[in-house]
Amino acid sequence: MSGPAHIRTPLARVRGFGSAKSGTEHFWRQRLTSVANIPLTIAAVVILITLLGRNQAATVQILGSPAIAIILLLFIISTVVHMRIGMQVIIEDYVHEDSSKLTLLMANTFYCFCVGAVAIYALLKTSFGL
Amino acid sequence: MADTRTLEGRKPAERPLSPHLQIYKPMLTMMMSIVHRITGAALYFGMLLVAWWLIAASSPNAYARFQWFAGSWIGWLILIGYTWALIHHMLGGVRHLIWDTGRGFGPNEREWLAAANLIGSIAITFLLWLFVFLTMGASR
Repeated sequence: MSGPAHIRTPLARVRGFGSAKSGTEHFWRQRLTSVANIPLTIAAVVILITLLGRNQAATVQILGSPAIAIILLLFIISTVVHMRIGMQVIIEDYVHEDSSKLTLLMANTFYCFCVGAVAIYALLKTSFGL
Repeated sequence: MADTRTLEGRKPAERPLSPHLQIYKPMLTMMMSIVHRITGAALYFGMLLVAWWLIAASSPNAYARFQWFAGSWIGWLILIGYTWALIHHMLGGVRHLIWDTGRGFGPNEREWLAAANLIGSIAITFLLWLFVFLTMGASR
């Protein structure tokens, strides 16, 4: 009546699937980036509003300022890390089928890294190009 | 979710599901929680606009195209909506940080915080764009 599956204890089945001591990593990183995002977002909005209506030459001039470029760089990095974790939570809440969940989690990471890399590359190119 | 399956093709254990949104009366705190998630998801895709803006800054022609879009009525709508979503999500985040310290869970406090989040985000967005329209009107 009993096959080999019944010999395995519950402990043997969960071993290796535990928290691996990193269960609070996302929670903490989400708080860390949220705190960083407060001043960075306010600064980014002010920069964007200031640039509204200015032509490209004036925009390049302002993006060439090291302080402005570094603030925007930090804004992009902190935001991308924050939004990747946030979207992962949304996916895990609503998508329960393994294959579509794994596909979406991968797509989420790819999207965040790509949009971050493109934004940083474009910012540095313009800023250094001055 | 009856046809949910794991990668190995086995059905997960049948567990009772807790009641979901449709059986609850909508409340302000609940709506603000939902709006926090929706604004977060909107900002996720809004980052594409930031990337577009930074790419466009590298050439006068591309920047002119970006400015034409940003200056259209749909562009204004997106920009105003984007700043509102940013501010709302940021104030909602501050609310979460307050909760993380163990404060703000009382019946009056949580209602007050939810209302402050909504009113604050609309007021700040309104003042921000009022300032933009006033100063841009003066420079033109």
